[in-house]
Amino acid sequence: MSGHLRTLSQKVWDWHLVHEEAGAPALIYIDLHLVHEVTSPQAFQGLRDRSLKVRRPDLTVATVDHSIPTSDRSLPIMDPIAAAQVNKLEQNCKDFGIPCYGVHSSHQGIVHVIGPELGLTQPGMTVVCGDSHTATHGAFGALAFGIGTSEVENVLASQCLLQRPSKTFKVQVNGTLRAGVSAKDIILKLISNIGIGGGTGTILEYTGPAISILNMEERMTVCNMSIEGGARAGMIAPDDTTFQYLAGRQFAPKGADWDAAVARWRQLPSDPGAAFDREIVIDGDTLDPMITWGTNPGMGVSINGAIPDPSTVSDPMERESLTKALAYMGLEGGKPILGHPIDVVFIGSCTNSRISDLRIAASLLKGRKVSPNVRVMVVPGSMEVKRQAIAEGLPDIFRAAGADWREPGCSMCIAMNGDQLRPGEYSVSTSNRNFEGRQGKGGRTFLASPQTAVASALSGVVTDVRTLLG
Amino acid sequence: MKPFLPFESRLVPIPANDIDTDQIIPARFLKTTSKEGLDKQLFCDWRYEDNGDPKPDFILNTPRAKGVEILLAGDNFGCGSSREHAPWALTQFGFRAVISTSFADIFKGNALKNSLLPIIVPADVHAKLFAAPDDTTIQVDLATQTITLPDGQKVEFPVDEFSKACLLDGVDELGWILKKQAAIAVFEASRLGTVNTLAE
Repeated sequence: MSGHLRTLSQKVWDWHLVHEEAGAPALIYIDLHLVHEVTSPQAFQGLRDRSLKVRRPDLTVATVDHSIPTSDRSLPIMDPIAAAQVNKLEQNCKDFGIPCYGVHSSHQGIVHVIGPELGLTQPGMTVVCGDSHTATHGAFGALAFGIGTSEVENVLASQCLLQRPSKTFKVQVNGTLRAGVSAKDIILKLISNIGIGGGTGTILEYTGPAISILNMEERMTVCNMSIEGGARAGMIAPDDTTFQYLAGRQFAPKGADWDAAVARWRQLPSDPGAAFDREIVIDGDTLDPMITWGTNPGMGVSINGAIPDPSTVSDPMERESLTKALAYMGLEGGKPILGHPIDVVFIGSCTNSRISDLRIAASLLKGRKVSPNVRVMVVPGSMEVKRQAIAEGLPDIFRAAGADWREPGCSMCIAMNGDQLRPGEYSVSTSNRNFEGRQGKGGRTFLASPQTAVASALSGVVTDVRTLLG
Repeated sequence: MKPFLPFESRLVPIPANDIDTDQIIPARFLKTTSKEGLDKQLFCDWRYEDNGDPKPDFILNTPRAKGVEILLAGDNFGCGSSREHAPWALTQFGFRAVISTSFADIFKGNALKNSLLPIIVPADVHAKLFAAPDDTTIQVDLATQTITLPDGQKVEFPVDEFSKACLLDGVDELGWILKKQAAIAVFEASRLGTVNTLAE
């Protein structure tokens, strides 16, 4: 494959090509397999049914995040079905020799938070997980994507996957973000531009000045939601910011191995002039805080914008979808979203639950009180994030402001664990999906940045955070 | 898995775009550790009232859905979560194919691994099927990659050739992958691995 110009994703692909033959997809090696309780039990059962072992337990790691409560961890899990699922994962990991950061582990956390923070996620890797937000790890220049349970079983058994190459899609983000505008707004803007299916069949590569300047946690926020634009993965070329983040982390290479790894990782960025199948440009200079109004993440507008009016849409199925979304959300087309009353604010999820997100939230909440009409939940992404937040005194700020400080997990992003909206309630959430019922049956979700979420928590209505900034 | 044979069926239309896997099966049902019993939870929140009664006007609750093996849905079917519970629930309900103009990548892969055929048709055929009478019967033949409409119109659809071979033979990918263990071992011998999750 040498001799022609390649993109970042094509280089990672080439590094992992095990076998190719006519009539079959390529066989690709997987460097890191992240496992959680929800999408793995049937895969482990499949291994048992075929009397197979896990080929590379040393490239596999498990944790519990989706089903577990975010309340006091010293108490047993009250939901017997969730408890059984958590126990099943711990037993499967024991039986197959896989390291598992269980409920009481000091490393437990959302799978896409702990991979990077432990230094497991590294540039140039292939990373998979039975979870669509695996794209998060693309922030390191890894080719990372979500898989189904059959593929979880394939990777457990063989450390490989059959894959067709995806098309490449360059997302160039120019300029400098203004105060109050964040990484979350970049990705919400992209998805509102291309639509929820706009990236289907592609791997996104985010590049440009507004991306280069982001720290690793902000880059993870961007890559995390690549799937919400339908993309298989989203990647950012590794650079000094990446290497500085990784250096010294538990599973990162050390000494001479580190130097060799960095030298190799520096070869990863797309060759200048490498061709992409598609390209889009986003202007960071004029970007406003974004918020979704509808029932998929592509249904977003600038915070000062108007909710679309179905009567202006010509395609009948599109108009029907829009009308249905507005009916579910209890909103009227043509009206502003700013000032809409809310009931809940959720700060958390694999999109926005890292220490930098919590610092931003705390900086805006400090010395203020959330609206008495709003329940505010702050859910750290991992035990490590929790420890760091405590060391910095952030939980005291959250509590003093009237917010609820919880234990780590996916929590109200997916509402499997009892943390959920009541029917009809409105939330501003820093999570990644606003599908019908996603945060609880009948619940209505506005997706936004931590900044917008906090500003809205304080006023009790959808608020432009820039009104709080001096 | 059984070999995927030609079949004919009427259609169940759900005229909505971007049907996500949270609608196909809500997340609260993913606490199961089994693949079984998911048919009752298929489209649960569109299908049942809060008290559990079936919503009489939802298509899956109508006589029209009885015994039907083809779901006709709007663009970008199966977007969102990677949960394989979505094709498990659809096949347990009785579906063997979904017709749309496009499918989300992960859903499409999951469906093909579970003998649920994602059939991609052009927009004009899609519109024609939505406008067709309730008793319209479609023939599906994977071997020739065609659907045949009652008026005799044959419409070809794309399928990954490897997935097609697996479906026609009734085998899954893993058996094929495991035959490549020698190639995998060769790759591993020269691989520059930088992580060991078992390291203390």
